[in-house]
Order: sequence, then C-alpha cells, then structure tokens
Amino acid sequence: MSCATRPQKEMPMRTLEQTTDEILNLTATHFKVPRAELAPNDDFFKKLGIDSLQALELLTRLENHFGIELPDYELQGVTDFRTLANRIQSRL
Amino acid sequence: MKSFKGRTISWELADGVLELELHREPCNEISSTMLEELEKFAAALEALTSHASAAPEGPSALIIHSARKEGFSAGADLRELYHRSQELAASARLASVRKFLERIHRVMNTIDASPLTTIAAVHGVCFGGGFELALACDLIVADKMTRFCFPELRLGLIPGFGGIPRLKRDLGNGVVRDLLLTGRSINATKALAVGLACQVAAEGEALRVARSTAAQVRKFDRATSAAAKQFIKPIPHKELQREIEIFCEVFTRPAVMEGLRKFVESTDALPYLP
Repeated sequence: MSCATRPQKEMPMRTLEQTTDEILNLTATHFKVPRAELAPNDDFFKKLGIDSLQALELLTRLENHFGIELPDYELQGVTDFRTLANRIQSRL
Repeated sequence: MKSFKGRTISWELADGVLELELHREPCNEISSTMLEELEKFAAALEALTSHASAAPEGPSALIIHSARKEGFSAGADLRELYHRSQELAASARLASVRKFLERIHRVMNTIDASPLTTIAAVHGVCFGGGFELALACDLIVADKMTRFCFPELRLGLIPGFGGIPRLKRDLGNGVVRDLLLTGRSINATKALAVGLACQVAAEGEALRVARSTAAQVRKFDRATSAAAKQFIKPIPHKELQREIEIFCEVFTRPAVMEGLRKFVESTDALPYLP
C-alpha cells in the first residue's frame, strides 16, 4: 500500500465580489425578493425589514452555503451586505 | 391520558409512539401556562410508562417537536419573568423563581429518566430553555436550519432548566465552555460534529426522521432499551440542584433585572446581541 498522498485539488478562492454576489443571491431567494432590488451597500435590516430570528435564518443559510462557522457576535454592528461578505471572506 | 390538547402543548399516543407537540406563539416560550401543561404531560408520561413492559400497546418512544415555524423553542418566557418580577418584592421574587425552577426541573428530570427512548426533533430556534428541553431527550434530530444557543449570560444569568449539567454530561467541556461563556449560537452541522445532534435532516424533515428513528426503536424489547438507557444516561442530580442554587444567587443581582428590562423593551433587530 502506498503512503503517497494525492495532492489536494484546491478550490479557487472567491473574490469579495463573488462572495457578495452569492450572499445577495441567497438573500433574494430566502426572503423571496427580486435579486435586482438588492445592492452590496444596502442595510439589510432596513431593506428587508427582518427581525432577529430572520437574521439568524440568513446566518444559518450562509453558513450552510459557504461551509463555514460565523459566530453571531461577529455580526454585531454589521448591517450591509458588503461588510457581511468581508466577515464571511475571512472565514473561507 | 393518551391524548391532550392544551393552550401551549398537545400530545398523542399512536402506534407505540408518544408525540408531544409544542405550539405556543410566537416560538414556544416556556411560560407558567406551558409549565403547568408540561407538568400534566410529565404525569401522563409516568402513568403511561409505569406499565410499559406489560401493556403491548404502550409506548416505546417519545418524540418532542414544535408546530411553530420559527423553531423548536426560544426558551423561557423572559417577558413574563420580567413583568412578574416587577410585581413582587425582592424576597418574594426569588422565592417565585426558585419555585418555577424546581417545577421545571421535575419535568425535565421525568423526561430525562423516562424508560422510553426520547427524541427531540428540532428546527429553527433552539435556545435557552428550549435547548435544555432538547438536552433532556436521548437523541436530537436537527433540521439543517436549526440554531442552538445558551444566550443567558448575555442577560447576566446562567441556564436554569438543567442545561449545564446535561450539556456537561453529554459533551466535551470545551464545547460546553464555548456555548456557555460566549453565548454564541451554533448550527446543526456543528451540533452534529460535536455530538450534540445525532442526525441532521433536510429542511422541514426533522419530524419525519424522528418518526423513522422511533419506528426503529419500536422493534426492540422495551425493558432492554430502558435498562441500556439507565446504564448510559445517569441523571446528574447533585449538579442539577447546584445549578438551581447558582441561578438563584445570580438572579438577585440588580444587573439581571436591568438586562431583562433592556431585552423586554428593546426594539433592536438583534436584541440578543449585547
């Protein structure tokens, strides 16, 4: 039996723009709003009118999609999609 | 009592499986009314299982689930706790809280020690007292959108419904400290990885998976299952009692009432984040 390990095929890194775009797509699908109405700098609480439970739903969906853990305290003060994308990007 | 339909919960025994449904709006906050009905359920559970080995139609498994789309349970009804506390003098306030804790502990202990194989089918929010109810069960089947959390420290409290001893019994101390001391929530994938959940189900499928698991459990001899459970799942009585004492010590601090007031009056979209 060979001990040689096959080199891992690395996943291409997402750019911040790609991550932001994926977040916007997921958010539009989850909250059933037209994707075209969402922009990276939008305040998602105001734009979507969501409460804390809905924010947690979005967090769970994002964690599941990106395969990461994002402690909710890291979202303290985060209100726009681009900053959210930055937080997620730091965990990818 | 094989079936019951109350204001906050209902239960039914069918085909050897007892199903307890939580259905209080908005997200099964455990209030004094729910406690009264859970006490009824605990009494029914004991009555239904006292002759379990003799009655062929008796239950083999218990499933606890929620009919609320928001989740399994958001935990204790903090609004009721705050408003009731405001009506009482400090000494009466503490006595009232201690009585509530002792009563909910008896319910949790009855579920924990039940000879049935118990399954919590959880989804969405599984916080605080709701998380503690799930921890009293033998198995947790989690919908992939579930979030587990002990937010109590954010309010200056500790979990008081038996959660800490049960979490310590079931998981590594590192996970216990992470959940307790950061107050952060974790998702179902993480819960599965640390051994908190036994299975993760697709969205909306936790109850179906729990029923499938109960059907498997039903194939086994009930007395043998009960003996195995008793051997592998001791009830940490001393630590549970100590938890009540610590909760009561902490509860008298002025910061707790202030934390509860802020939570109750908050219009913040994320009131659970300090």
